[in-house]
Amino acid sequence: MKETGNILFSGVGGQGILLASEVTAYSLLGAGYDVKKSEVHGMAQRGGSVTAQLRFGKKVYSPLIEPGCADILMAFEMMEASRYAEYLHKDTKVIVNTQKILPPAVATGQMAYPDDVLANLRELGITVVEVDAFEIAKQVGEPKTANVVMVGAMSAFLPVDPKNYIQVIETRVKEQFRDVNLKAFEAGRNASK
Amino acid sequence: MVTADDPEMHSSQNEQDNRNYALAAKVPMLEPSEPQEVKEFMRIAYELSEELDTPVMMRMTTRVSHVKGVVTPDERREGPVERKIEKVPSKLVMLPAMAKTRRVYVEERMIKCCEIAETAPYNRIERGDNSKGFITGGVSYLYVKEAFPEASVLKLGMCWPLPENLIREFAASVDTLYVVEELDPFIETQLKAMGIKCIGKEVIPNQGELNTDIVRRAIDPTATKELFAAPKLPNRPPNMCAGCPHRGIFFNLSRMNVFVSGDIGCYTLGFLPPLSAMDACVCMGASVSMAHGMQKALEGAHNKIVSVIGDSTFVHTGINGLINTVYNNSASTLIILDNRITAMTGQQPNPASGSNIKGEAANALDFVALCKAVGVKHVFEVNPHDVVNTRQVLKDAIELEEMSVVISKAPCVLLPEMKRKKKIPLFTVRENCVGCTSCIRLGCPAISWTSFKDADEAEARGYKRKQKGFSSINEDHCLGCGQCASLCKFNAITKREE
Repeated sequence: MKETGNILFSGVGGQGILLASEVTAYSLLGAGYDVKKSEVHGMAQRGGSVTAQLRFGKKVYSPLIEPGCADILMAFEMMEASRYAEYLHKDTKVIVNTQKILPPAVATGQMAYPDDVLANLRELGITVVEVDAFEIAKQVGEPKTANVVMVGAMSAFLPVDPKNYIQVIETRVKEQFRDVNLKAFEAGRNASK
Repeated sequence: MVTADDPEMHSSQNEQDNRNYALAAKVPMLEPSEPQEVKEFMRIAYELSEELDTPVMMRMTTRVSHVKGVVTPDERREGPVERKIEKVPSKLVMLPAMAKTRRVYVEERMIKCCEIAETAPYNRIERGDNSKGFITGGVSYLYVKEAFPEASVLKLGMCWPLPENLIREFAASVDTLYVVEELDPFIETQLKAMGIKCIGKEVIPNQGELNTDIVRRAIDPTATKELFAAPKLPNRPPNMCAGCPHRGIFFNLSRMNVFVSGDIGCYTLGFLPPLSAMDACVCMGASVSMAHGMQKALEGAHNKIVSVIGDSTFVHTGINGLINTVYNNSASTLIILDNRITAMTGQQPNPASGSNIKGEAANALDFVALCKAVGVKHVFEVNPHDVVNTRQVLKDAIELEEMSVVISKAPCVLLPEMKRKKKIPLFTVRENCVGCTSCIRLGCPAISWTSFKDADEAEARGYKRKQKGFSSINEDHCLGCGQCASLCKFNAITKREE
């Protein structure tokens, strides 16, 4: 068992990042790890840049990831993969939803969307796993499950049996959304293999 | 009494250190570090409260409150308390005669509490290497444990009053003593008053939140590492939702020569571009009272003062400001953004919602009747989604020589009943769009702008050569509120057929 692991979630308010970090946290808990999770919400719900930090290990003190110490970055939006670059190191796995959500300055035509963010990360030697989570979620039948598609994609990189995630989804997701979320998890897991 | 400080001001307008209140009020204060302790300390706080007959404060900070971690529950125990009224006027009627007796008790109580603090298990020494010793508490303890796992630590679970003997014993046992705490040098000042040599705010920042990295580098400046730099990216500030009724009000205010005194809620986002229609905002209810004060100070010079407040904030502390404004014969315009809910903090009902926190039906406060009852003669109601009509109503209200209130009535789009409603999104009729950007200036997240590279592209796409681009609506995001359609003079925005 690795001593500690750090997962940084980044994206846009409303994408279901908190739920994704919640499912991940409970799955790690089920696998026997101590887990701490921290996030700041409020205004962030309203389309702003959002992060959640998750740390796991035998014993976790600080709820905050140190700069340069994120082992996995879960970027729910393409540009948000590079906003928190100071948290990454060269062995960080960046799992990125390639969906673009235009921030106000881009939507109003004042700035261009930076199209080179993933290439720049790869130039630093960082592993980038691209997942078209929004498209996969649509195919599964519910666009809102893009967050669980992302959890599925990440699950391939964590020391947790897939059964743990499935159990968490089964116990924590409302019955009417359970099947579609399980499908989303599987589809995400297959997408990053 | 639980109090939460927000070092770093993630969602606050100040960084006050609430430990100072415990000192000022002469009451004990506990400071947990993580979720398990929060639970344990709450029980200890109640026990202390009973034992010492005192209020007990608990200091939380952002990274204690907004953290999830593993908590082991105890077995539930029902308390022995019988529900009844006990009349104790000597304790509960604080007239001078009784207060003088209680004043003596307060000091006796603090002495007792100091004695408890000396041996309480939550004030503990974790013995390690004594070359460095740390006195710390709250979330800072976690950062110290990660940055210097080998060092000796005195963890203070109670930050007021302090266990002087325990502190002296610890200080004498270590070579260099550090005090690590977020915000004010609260513990440090007390140590220095005791004459104990320590290092604190000389190296530990007194602003913002701490973390492991900050603590490590403050004490060991050589512990630096190279980090990747984030590229320059377009900012992603929060924005009002697509279909948000507040937008219709702020769009109009942004086009009027008025001073907008704002308040606390989602609508504070009216400050951000492209609307940029808020000129002041401090705390809940201040919009109304600031506008009143400004109007008085500027009488005759500039009467266009508008205050904007949400329904729940108005109920919370806006009503008293309005009473005062009318009583003192002021003449500003108050806009109540009545979206029927406390939206920003997560959709809690309020006395204007028509339901209570349990979801049961409750009285819905009638704002028109309330405003008239406090003496406002001019009360208007508008539908903010009709942007053009709203502008006329606002103009009429602002021009009046007496106090006026405009109630903007449209529900929050995040309300469950609004989410369930069938959406009929709008779309842009490309051939009609002349690129005037009227709709773009609403700053709606469902509307975006596409620029043409040059005049040739505009022509090739069938537009006039001088047109710079066109706007389009993301139908996945659009809720069909119609604000953009009410602004478009070229019939370029319309509803899909049902």
